[in-house]
Amino acid sequence: MGGRDTDIVLLDENGIRSDGRKINETRKVTIKAGVLKNANGSAYIEFGDNKILVGVYGPRDVHPKHMSDTNTGILRCRYHMTPFSVGERKNPAPSRREIEISKVIKEALEPAVILKQFPRTAVDVFMEVLQADGGTRCAALTGASVALADAGIPMRDLVAGCASGKAADTIILDVNNEEDQAGQADLPVGYMPNLEKITLLQLDGILTSEEYKECLKIGIDGCKQVYEIQKKALQDKYFATGGNNNG
Amino acid sequence: MNSEKNRHVIPGEVIVSGNYRAEQNTFMDGERIISSIIGLSDIRDGSVRVIPLTGGYYPKDDDLVIGKIISHSAMSWQVNINSCYDGMLPASDVFGRDFSSHSDDLTSKLGNGDLIVARIVNADMTRDPLLTISGRELGKIDSGELVQISPSKVPRLIGKRGSMIQMIESATNANITIGQNGLLVITCDDSNGLIKAINAVELIEEQAHVANLTDKVNEMLESKSE
Repeated sequence: MGGRDTDIVLLDENGIRSDGRKINETRKVTIKAGVLKNANGSAYIEFGDNKILVGVYGPRDVHPKHMSDTNTGILRCRYHMTPFSVGERKNPAPSRREIEISKVIKEALEPAVILKQFPRTAVDVFMEVLQADGGTRCAALTGASVALADAGIPMRDLVAGCASGKAADTIILDVNNEEDQAGQADLPVGYMPNLEKITLLQLDGILTSEEYKECLKIGIDGCKQVYEIQKKALQDKYFATGGNNNG
Repeated sequence: MNSEKNRHVIPGEVIVSGNYRAEQNTFMDGERIISSIIGLSDIRDGSVRVIPLTGGYYPKDDDLVIGKIISHSAMSWQVNINSCYDGMLPASDVFGRDFSSHSDDLTSKLGNGDLIVARIVNADMTRDPLLTISGRELGKIDSGELVQISPSKVPRLIGKRGSMIQMIESATNANITIGQNGLLVITCDDSNGLIKAINAVELIEEQAHVANLTDKVNEMLESKSE
């Protein structure tokens, strides 16, 4: 995978990781809201070397009609990796993994969005991975919640995503591709910072209960850092000029 | 946290906590009142609401909207009102109570593609919003220029107690009908006035978030009048 060396040291004696980060440091995250003209809301997120574009459409008519719900609006998510997003060409047809990620992201966003006000409609979220480097589900979730807010969909809170894990017998924050491949565990977390609620929690690997608690704690800390960047992305788009006044 | 001033808020941001009523675009979490949308918070008389800065149009009772006829059945027209729900205009509203689906032809009054100014009678979301075109200033639009803006910017275009729109109308001699759904029809006998009015609306659409917008628009209206 990727263009990097495969037998790298995941953690050196100084506690520095393969990409030069400390154990409790996230990769550089940048988010830009409102990048697509034709979508109702959109966001572009760079999470380290992950590059993901998210478009949100709706609320709009549900097709096929039988999926619509007369009591509430529905949320539909599509996570997709472009063929050029990884080293070897990825078949563009939805894989088992993409179907799974679409489902968990949908379930991670559902507690946040308030669709009761829009019965018989659907909100569609499309996440397109342009470049993947481990932790795309958290990055896609983070971008999707910014795009939903940009579309003006009522939400209880933004959902921030960040993974933690274990590599070289150490608990680390924000697992990248090498650490995911060669590491011992990966724990993606989706978190609503203001409501202090977890909406996504998966674990791939083995952790002791002590390690799990530590992992979850730093994962949530990571989400809080990511949240600040989400917040800034929205403020930059909507409140950039005029500051916090009655503009 | 008892500031009465408008603040910029994003979803999940706590606006105020304490004994307040949560109104439009807010919800309560225990004692805290939280915004559910990107917008400007507004605290007045113990109630809290958020004025949205983004998002589409959602029909509300008594809203004036501009819509386009997209199809009709035997009993009603379907109207695109720039929302996720299509408006429904019953035939009896146009033909009167003695409407008969056998003798009256709906297309004789309103055909596909016709524009109407309508008022929303009932928008409870369990069914498509019900429209009426019987009333003063309602009905089919025969002439004018249709301009579309973002529905969240309509309040800005109208201004405080209609100040902005009155300023544009008096400076250009144009007559502007604003639909709450972001569609507006501008009519003006003078073509220069019409262009100026359209430009003013587009300026407001582009710079809705800028402070002192009224001065800017005024400046623009006056500069071209020479």
